[in-house]
Amino acid sequence: MAGLELLSDQGYRLDGRKASELRKVQARMGVFGQADGSAYMEQGNTKALAVVYGPHEVRGSRSKSLHDRAVINCQYSMATFSTAERKRRPHGDRKSSEMSLHLKQTFEAAVLTQLYPRSQIDIYVKILQSDGGNYSACVNAATLALVDAGIPMRDYVCACTAGFAEGTALADLCHAEETGGGTALSLALLPRSQSIALVQMDARLHQDHLDTLMEAAMEACKGLSKVLDSVVRQHLQEVSVLSRD
Amino acid sequence: MLKSKTFVKKTRSGGVLKIVREHYLRDDIWCGSEVCTECKDDSPVLQRDAFIQSRLCTYPHYLIPDTNVVLHQIDILEDPVMRNVVILQTVLQEVRHRSAPVYKRIKDAIHEKEKHFYTFTNEHHRETFVEREQGESANDRNDRAIRVAALWYNQHLRKAPCAGELRVVLLTNDQANKEKATEDGLLAYRCTARRFPSAQSPWQGVNHGRQISLLNEITGGRVLFPEHLPLSRIQTGIKNGTFLQGTFRANRDNYLEATVFVHGEGEDGTEVLLQGLQNLNRAVHQDIVAVELFPRERWAAPSAAVLEDDHANDEDAEEEEAEKVPCVVRKKTSMLKPTGRVVGIIKRNWRPFCGMLTQSQIKEATRHLFTPADRHIPRIRIETRQASALVGHRIIVAIDGWPRNSRYPNGHFVRNLGGAGDKETETEVLLLEHDVPHQPFSKAVLSFLPRMPWAITEEDLKVRADLRHLCVCSVDPPGCTDIDDALHCRELDNGNLEVGVHIADVSHFIRPGNALDQEAANRGTTVYLCGKRIDMVPELLSSDLCSLRSNVDRLAFSCVWEMNRNAEIIRTHFTKSVINSKASLTYAEAQMRIDDATMNDDITNSLRGLNALAKILKGRRIEKGALTLSSPEVRFHMDSETHDPIDLQTKELKDTNSMVEEFMLLANISVAQKIYEEFSECALLRKHPAPPLSNYDILVKAAKSRDLEIHTDSAKALADSLNAAVLGGFPYFNTLLRILATRCMMQAIYFCSGMDSDFRHYGLASPIYTHFTSPIRRYSDIIVHRLLAVAINADGTYPDLMDKHKQSTLCNNLNYRHKMAQYAQRASVAFHTQLFFKNKGILNEEGFILFVRKNAIIILIAKFGLEGTVFFKNKGKPGPKLSFDSEGPSLTVEDQHTFHMFDKVKVTVTLDASNIQHQKIRMALVEPIAGVSVAWPEPAAKKPKLDR
Repeated sequence: MAGLELLSDQGYRLDGRKASELRKVQARMGVFGQADGSAYMEQGNTKALAVVYGPHEVRGSRSKSLHDRAVINCQYSMATFSTAERKRRPHGDRKSSEMSLHLKQTFEAAVLTQLYPRSQIDIYVKILQSDGGNYSACVNAATLALVDAGIPMRDYVCACTAGFAEGTALADLCHAEETGGGTALSLALLPRSQSIALVQMDARLHQDHLDTLMEAAMEACKGLSKVLDSVVRQHLQEVSVLSRD
Repeated sequence: MLKSKTFVKKTRSGGVLKIVREHYLRDDIWCGSEVCTECKDDSPVLQRDAFIQSRLCTYPHYLIPDTNVVLHQIDILEDPVMRNVVILQTVLQEVRHRSAPVYKRIKDAIHEKEKHFYTFTNEHHRETFVEREQGESANDRNDRAIRVAALWYNQHLRKAPCAGELRVVLLTNDQANKEKATEDGLLAYRCTARRFPSAQSPWQGVNHGRQISLLNEITGGRVLFPEHLPLSRIQTGIKNGTFLQGTFRANRDNYLEATVFVHGEGEDGTEVLLQGLQNLNRAVHQDIVAVELFPRERWAAPSAAVLEDDHANDEDAEEEEAEKVPCVVRKKTSMLKPTGRVVGIIKRNWRPFCGMLTQSQIKEATRHLFTPADRHIPRIRIETRQASALVGHRIIVAIDGWPRNSRYPNGHFVRNLGGAGDKETETEVLLLEHDVPHQPFSKAVLSFLPRMPWAITEEDLKVRADLRHLCVCSVDPPGCTDIDDALHCRELDNGNLEVGVHIADVSHFIRPGNALDQEAANRGTTVYLCGKRIDMVPELLSSDLCSLRSNVDRLAFSCVWEMNRNAEIIRTHFTKSVINSKASLTYAEAQMRIDDATMNDDITNSLRGLNALAKILKGRRIEKGALTLSSPEVRFHMDSETHDPIDLQTKELKDTNSMVEEFMLLANISVAQKIYEEFSECALLRKHPAPPLSNYDILVKAAKSRDLEIHTDSAKALADSLNAAVLGGFPYFNTLLRILATRCMMQAIYFCSGMDSDFRHYGLASPIYTHFTSPIRRYSDIIVHRLLAVAINADGTYPDLMDKHKQSTLCNNLNYRHKMAQYAQRASVAFHTQLFFKNKGILNEEGFILFVRKNAIIILIAKFGLEGTVFFKNKGKPGPKLSFDSEGPSLTVEDQHTFHMFDKVKVTVTLDASNIQHQKIRMALVEPIAGVSVAWPEPAAKKPKLDR
């Protein structure tokens, strides 16, 4: 009957987290052998797969190539089985084109593209299961895949969403929280320099609350960056152990 | 930090979707007790020496109520005696789901510091979370979760070093649950008031009985209403007489009562009374329903009480309502009316309703109740997410359906009209509510307007009488732009007088059957609101081409009489004409000219002649028994810029008002005779039926209380006795009586002469009457013009004009529109009166008692023409002692003072804005006794506390 209570009086969210707590993050790098870089990312029930090819020569028309830096090509897609309702999702619909564009903008800000003039880097991300925060899962997965491919970046790109309920900012929204009304802000951060690669918000929010919301999102991104860092280090260790043998 | 473990919860919505949600379990949720050393709670809520005086538990203990205890015995939990209670999250969620008001109350209790209520988030605690087992119902799982949590508490507290005898006690109403809990080694008790003797409250004993009936209701799927019969069975039922078909009319003051007006043969219809929600069975005002009559011993009398459905957004407030129904006063058998119940609905008459949203008490809720402005209509439940944006606005909602298990019909949001209290919004609301078509005219309609610049053509002049040389003038209220009548009077050579009434020839411009005509026929009448006019015909016609303004040539339909000096008609002549009005006067200007002896121009002389004749005519009319009635009418002086009312004034009547009126009546009667002569089957006439004698009861009784007698056997007798009813030293008494007499009257209606046999106009004491003189603002006059034009061979006829059935349906529409226009007008005046008093603040005024009711008196303040009710009883609170005598009628308050009709009292007038939708003028007595009446019938609702 009644809508969902996003934040209880005791300070617990729907799934039992507190306002600033992230969902459980799990990640693996180098999941595919054939690609130059790949990674699998879980943020709670949101699961994303990212694959990177390149840098390589610009495919297709030459006119697309840039003389001073690499072109980043992003493609975002969702698996048919990724949502509660099974649905065929054609490529190039408005939502995924928008998402592809956002990803492209994010990584153009992070990848040192000027090191590879006249070349191209392809990033393919697929959402395998969607439970809120698709964009941030994609960015985080793609970051790991880029690291796996050995493409130089300014920093990790960490992305996270933040919402607003009962005067409190909630970090890392799940699907129920995203759709339960209220605001959702996605933010991609380069944590070390604290510079923002991309910030996006559709809903209305009072200006006074924007700072708290950004603050919460940035905190969450920093938390994520630690996790990503540990994932990368662990992966390196595994790889070095393997190569030693 | 947290240890998180991912669980998967599966819920199904619509049986299709599998929703997967994460569910984190934590081990940093504290028990909240002062005793505990293990939990790192900074400010524990539950006290060390938790002690509720109770016969069963003599040791300190914490209480854990289960869901049903909270739902049905919230009164007990709210008692200050109850302290140190653990409310489990499971319980809270279930309560929230089931009843919003109880949820709100328990939340308030939790927020109260002194009560030491603690919410334990057991669903996310690692040790108290339970998963639903296979084959286990959700309710059973919740019960088990509650038991597990209680058990955990017990064990947890035992570990504390200085817990002593501290235990937790589970409160439950469910026998099975109690047994299972005891098996687990828990202390479980059924919650009854007896257990807590220290809590001496009125709920002792009451709740126990109630709780059991409630349990039954909640376990069984709740069905509130009996099923509607299928149409086929209704039809056979109506044919064999077991059911009656009629129009459902809800009672606007009592939502548990309604009447069904059963259309009988001919004129006489009967009314069937319906009482109680079950018997009303989801019928909505104006629906066509089938009713079944109860046997005579179950007949009831309508209750005079005022009941407003103002329960919280709630499903279980219903029990109390159900209890209210049977307490129908079984009075004298003469008061009993046929009573029955609705068995089925033949035709729904739902329309979009204006009103306001009552936001649900749960903040995140998407379902809210909508309260229509029209009090005949029940509240409607709608689903919206933008509730917070719609609160305080007037919105339109349409009903979608009314399922059997729902207390309220379901509907959807249609449109937002704007902020409540805004003048534009409120005007829009009252137009919509009274079904007044007020959209701008469509292109199709406008395309039938004459091209501008328009001039009278040669052909027009050929077929019309040229009366431009006559000294015609018009007399109207100030600011009138749609002048539809003008007059002239001149002396003829033979010493007789020629009197002409010239009416704007609207039928020349509006040709039958085109879009313009159809639109006008649909609108029926122009609606005058305070500061706004909703035209029946486009402005070009109403204010320009048809308006008989001074010094321009205009087309007219003239009715010219030759009269002698005794105002006896010698000859009547109707003609289409061209006139040129010499002056547009106001009533005051015309009066000045007549009174000013120095003026001797043509216009003034003509006015004097008219005035003299009018006086004779009026005298003759009153001789015949025409009634002079009175109604307190007021005019507002509007601020020219803000259009806010700045002053109120009762309408003054001058001689010239009645002069114009007299000739209009004469013209109407002459035309009525003419068209009835020519078309005895299809003349459009107007009649005013004589009211049934019982209508006069109140008037006769009232007069008798002042030792006066009113005769009501004929109009003449009534008029005479009204004239004679004068009290010395009480000049306003006669007006009051006339106001009362007006309320006894029937509505005058249009009808088609071929469909009826009684033509009399009771109020005007005329055997035949019609409307001819205001074609710009009434469609009936346009039809009469057409009929008359055909009768004098000035215009052609068309089939619909001669079809009495078509005429009759047209009449029905016109009657409806007129009625609605009148209501809209009144509503507009009421709204502006409110605006006026809003700016005035609190006023003390003298007034007269107009009616005496069971729990209230109705007071008229003559100065403002304002009527208001003084209540003596406050809802839920014992009021002063009242004794009502229906034969007086009089009302005695506290045995000290008896109020009779027409008593002079002094009241304070305030604007009650507590219900923004129905802002009302409130009155409270100051003299002769102050303090007994209730200024506000209910105390302003407590501001709901914010949830956090």
